[in-house]
Amino acid sequence: MTRELLTGNGAAAWGARLARVDYVPAFPITPQTEIIESLANWIDAGEMPGRLVTLESEHSMLTAAGAAASTGVRVFSATSSQGLLYAMEMLYTVAGWRAPFVLINVSRGLSAPITLEPDHNDVLAARDSGFLQIHCANCQEVLDSVLMAYRLAEDHRVRQPVLVNLDGFYLSFTREPVSVPGPAAVDAFLPRFDSESIALRASAPESQAVAVLGGGPYSYFRYQTHLALLNGLSAYDQIAAEFADLFGRQWPAVEAYRCDDAQIVFLMIGSFATKARAAVDQLRAAGQSVGLLRPRLLRPFPEQAMRQHLLGKRAVAVIDQNLSLGKGGILFTEVASALYGKPDAPLLVSFIGGLGGRDITPEEFFEIARLADQAAARGEAPAPRLLYTDDELREMHKLQTLAHVERNSLRDKA
Amino acid sequence: MSKTMTRFHRIKDLPSTHLLGTGTPMCAGCGGLQALHEIYDILGERTVFVNAAGCMTLLSVYPFTPFRGSWLYTAMASAPAGAQGVRDALDILLQQRRMPATEDLQVVVLTGDGAAYGMGLSATSAAIERGLDFLYIVYDNEGYGNTGQQYSGATPHAARTATSRTGQGFRGRKKDLFEIWVAHRPAYAATVIGAEPLDLARKVEQAMAIRGPKLLLALAPCPTGWDFDPRLTVDIGRLAVRTGIWPLKEYVDGEVLHTKTPRPRRPVEEYLRLQGRFSHLFEPQREEGLLAELQADVDAYWAAAD
Repeated sequence: MTRELLTGNGAAAWGARLARVDYVPAFPITPQTEIIESLANWIDAGEMPGRLVTLESEHSMLTAAGAAASTGVRVFSATSSQGLLYAMEMLYTVAGWRAPFVLINVSRGLSAPITLEPDHNDVLAARDSGFLQIHCANCQEVLDSVLMAYRLAEDHRVRQPVLVNLDGFYLSFTREPVSVPGPAAVDAFLPRFDSESIALRASAPESQAVAVLGGGPYSYFRYQTHLALLNGLSAYDQIAAEFADLFGRQWPAVEAYRCDDAQIVFLMIGSFATKARAAVDQLRAAGQSVGLLRPRLLRPFPEQAMRQHLLGKRAVAVIDQNLSLGKGGILFTEVASALYGKPDAPLLVSFIGGLGGRDITPEEFFEIARLADQAAARGEAPAPRLLYTDDELREMHKLQTLAHVERNSLRDKA
Repeated sequence: MSKTMTRFHRIKDLPSTHLLGTGTPMCAGCGGLQALHEIYDILGERTVFVNAAGCMTLLSVYPFTPFRGSWLYTAMASAPAGAQGVRDALDILLQQRRMPATEDLQVVVLTGDGAAYGMGLSATSAAIERGLDFLYIVYDNEGYGNTGQQYSGATPHAARTATSRTGQGFRGRKKDLFEIWVAHRPAYAATVIGAEPLDLARKVEQAMAIRGPKLLLALAPCPTGWDFDPRLTVDIGRLAVRTGIWPLKEYVDGEVLHTKTPRPRRPVEEYLRLQGRFSHLFEPQREEGLLAELQADVDAYWAAAD
């Protein structure tokens, strides 16, 4: 084991290297590119075995990934944002193939308007695809999650592709001390991929991904895949326990921070949850009983664990770093569905923040806690709220004024 | 191609046992299935067919398949990328000695013209440019046949389709996919047709002997899409060659050679008038201008080729 300063992208690449991946179909996109560059350089320098092939699109990249995994090798790939959406047809397709491999998504807001900084609309667009989803909040977690993701993907009870998510810029380009386990320790946790029945071989002809006619077989195969994802819940717990035994780091499906005796709970995913965590400490220091719940596993959705942590609380503030246009926060509806109709369900309050990498400040977390407490006292949830300050609105109006001036000056010249 | 190297000299040299199973959901008289039968007999079962969305996706419907070898359906746009993944995985397994060489497979893409001339072109171009060792079979029935024959990038000038029903038919011109392949300098490219099985067999044989990206572009007379009686599939196929509308050729070692030069060439009209999609050229009155234009296109091609 060595301790190194790694970016989130570097940690993802190290995860793939330690997992001894055989095959990396690749396509560059900001802010993910550093991952495939690192792997390409290691492979070229002979520092890791394996083959990296740059495809001409993410759609083709995912096709090649699924096809190679279905032939029986260990596959790794990575993308972001528009790339994930460009590949979306194949995300659903290869998940239906039951092709086990690991895909990294480095979150970045979606076009339009086109932007580079993160939110979670990209990865949540893949929510229903049949990929399991693990969401990371720090660089160590990225490396560890890649290793755990292979165990999960290749587990007999699951046999599905797994998506590991990290936030662009905040994690992808942020260096943190990361403990890089030695190859022998990783091998003990993650043995070489034995694809068994997943293969294409001359002696054992196999028809994969064939068509079905009618809703009967279609429903059967779709539901069977759903059950495979649900199997991922217990498989995950077992794999995480084994990981903790070997490496001493705990990565539960749902991470609870100062939650046990909390009245008010922040609920967030991804790297911005570390901001909420800092706010929890400050609020605790000020005498308020606030905690943080951070689901790492979003698919399968750890409903039981969420209920265990949240039933009996006074209020839960769900802070969504995404926006389902025409509805609101996606995580909010997921949490609500897990708690609805259960005795002692807390009041749920919805906030939207961090879109396109927009910061969430400590003061905003304090205000969220205050509003959640108020709502609980009233017994009624307020309307969902976008985190956006008067200053930001003033800055936006300045930009609009500039835009008008620019347009008028063009008109004058013409 | 050196004819002395081939094991196919006469029709009776062609395989007499057929590998592809019967009872598929393809239409009666499907020229694509005819070509596939002939190709598969020679390719054999140590193959994996990576399929793009099209008519032939329905060859393998759970729990049946007519293939003795393997099959992987992908999507419409990315079958060559699927072939890349399979080929790379097999190479990795061979290289690491995790699989004996006897388990290796030939990777074959099976695609219609809808994907090959349009949506799948970018993935195909990239697979050729990467030098992928695969065989790319196109059954070209000159339209989106599986959805009821709307025009595609492969539809010939003046053909009536479900989306060019009236007037003088399709206004565009058939894209030259063979030349697009040749521009990539692939290992091999050939046009074939099921109605000329000996020429087809030699080309499959030739393609199998070469590593790299290889095209077999099969014109696929389509009774339902082209509107003719299924019993005419072979006649129409032969006329496509004898009128010179479908030149049989191959690209090998940097050169394009015609493998069958129709002499004398029959008038294009003979090919056109058997097909309902061109009936507006003859009824209610002859469209002399269009007919002359279509004949002139073919004449110009052969003038340049000779």
